[in-house]
Amino acid sequence: MLLSVENLQVSYDKIKALHGVNFDIDEGEIVTIIGANGAGKSTTLRAISRMVPVDEGTRMTFQDKDLLKYAADKVVSQLGISHVPEGRRLFGNLTVLENLKLATFARKDRENIVKDIERVFAIFPRLDERKTQKAGTLSGGEQQMLAIGRAFMSGRKIMLLDEPSMGLAPLLMLNVFEALKEINKEGTTILLVEQNARMALKFAGRGYVLESGNLVLEGPSEELLENPEVKKAYLGG
Amino acid sequence: MAFFLQNLVNALQWGSFYALIALGYSMVYSILMLFNFAHGDIFMVGAYIGFGVATGLMVLASLWAFTLPGWLILVLTILLSMFLTSFLGMFVERVGYRPLREAPRASAAITGLMIGIILEILILWGMGTQRVSFPSLIDTVTYNIGGVFITNKKIMIVAISLSFMLALHLFIKKTRWGMAMRAMAFDYVVVPLMGVSINHIARMTFAIGSALAAVAGILFGVAYPVLDPYMGIIFGWKAFVAAILGGRGSIMGATLAGFLLGFIEIFVAMIFPSTLRDLIAYSIVLLILVFRPYGFFGEPYSAKLRL
Repeated sequence: MLLSVENLQVSYDKIKALHGVNFDIDEGEIVTIIGANGAGKSTTLRAISRMVPVDEGTRMTFQDKDLLKYAADKVVSQLGISHVPEGRRLFGNLTVLENLKLATFARKDRENIVKDIERVFAIFPRLDERKTQKAGTLSGGEQQMLAIGRAFMSGRKIMLLDEPSMGLAPLLMLNVFEALKEINKEGTTILLVEQNARMALKFAGRGYVLESGNLVLEGPSEELLENPEVKKAYLGG
Repeated sequence: MAFFLQNLVNALQWGSFYALIALGYSMVYSILMLFNFAHGDIFMVGAYIGFGVATGLMVLASLWAFTLPGWLILVLTILLSMFLTSFLGMFVERVGYRPLREAPRASAAITGLMIGIILEILILWGMGTQRVSFPSLIDTVTYNIGGVFITNKKIMIVAISLSFMLALHLFIKKTRWGMAMRAMAFDYVVVPLMGVSINHIARMTFAIGSALAAVAGILFGVAYPVLDPYMGIIFGWKAFVAAILGGRGSIMGATLAGFLLGFIEIFVAMIFPSTLRDLIAYSIVLLILVFRPYGFFGEPYSAKLRL
């Protein structure tokens, strides 16, 4: 087991956002968590990358290491967990290339960095064309590519993706998911959080359904796609 | 014309001090969204550390009976004092600001003021109430160029200041630490997701800013060799004004605004009675801010404080 989350609880100003969430991810999997706005999907990812404090009783392990012992930057640099945050959050004042390089700040394997940047440009040729441009000038689709590329550079054991489809035209969305499939084939496990449940379930092998801070359903994607409740609530009937 | 050029030279030297101090304000503000109001006092402590190092080197030299040329003592003083003062900056960051990173900004501002007062009292306590005079390390040579009097010290002060500003500019543009600082200025919340420790970058920024303040302190001591524990207050405030005038997080802006303040002050004093100098000079600054509320190079900015 790669990532194990047990009894994950998070509160914002004493209001519980997650009420004890449990799930596991194996190496090489693509797993999705679907749910409505405000269900706690982003909070789950933020808890794993240690960007929000968790409540007493939470246990999270990554490759049998206690995640709670790592600070947010060490989760990335020492465990190889990367996080593509909601809204991409690129450094708009840095160039495309600088955004990619910054993500390698703490990497020890300096000799592989050039190769990895080339790999990112091979997956997203558009970024190669725009590498000296400021990230703030990119289109929405290019920004999402860069956000994924940046995560690819920072840590590659698992990639946490928060709503990568947001604001993208359908064709662009397909491109992004194709690229993610490729990254997954090369050995990166993927945990995807999406409001676009249909897209997410088609892409992932397994899924969880999160409702108001509780996981209410889980199973292989095909089953969830056929589940009447999921159909009604998340797939538009 | 000679009169004008004479004042221009003076203004360049005066502006160097403001600019060097303003850079520290500006860097810290841009990456942490806080004003380090102890920065003026760090400049003051830097000047005293410079005084201590220079005196120490001279004593050592005379004890072991070898002669160190004055310029070498000055160079060593600058480098050693930068090193020592950077630790003061890192200490202030660790003890004063890091615990307050999530606290309201007003708490951090008050902390800065209090740290400043503590530094003043410590120096007062350690050095006594009498002003100390900075050792004269190099002899003044005055050149008369077409009626404009330029001293070797003025040239040196401006040249050293400009070199450090250029070095800082290159550091921020070209190195990965500089890149991390720029990223942090844009959106500091997501910086850890890049595997970059916010604490490391914050510590480094305080170290650099304090080292530059020490340079300003020593150069000030070279030009006006009298130090007192309260010298950092007014310099600190004026450098703060320069940092604001330059625009949020702009190194270029803080530099230019520092020099501009020097020019405004000197030229106002050239025309008006010197008692009115600051009144008129800072009315001009106020007027500039009315038309450019974000400063020269600043942009409207809303901080995202959460992921």
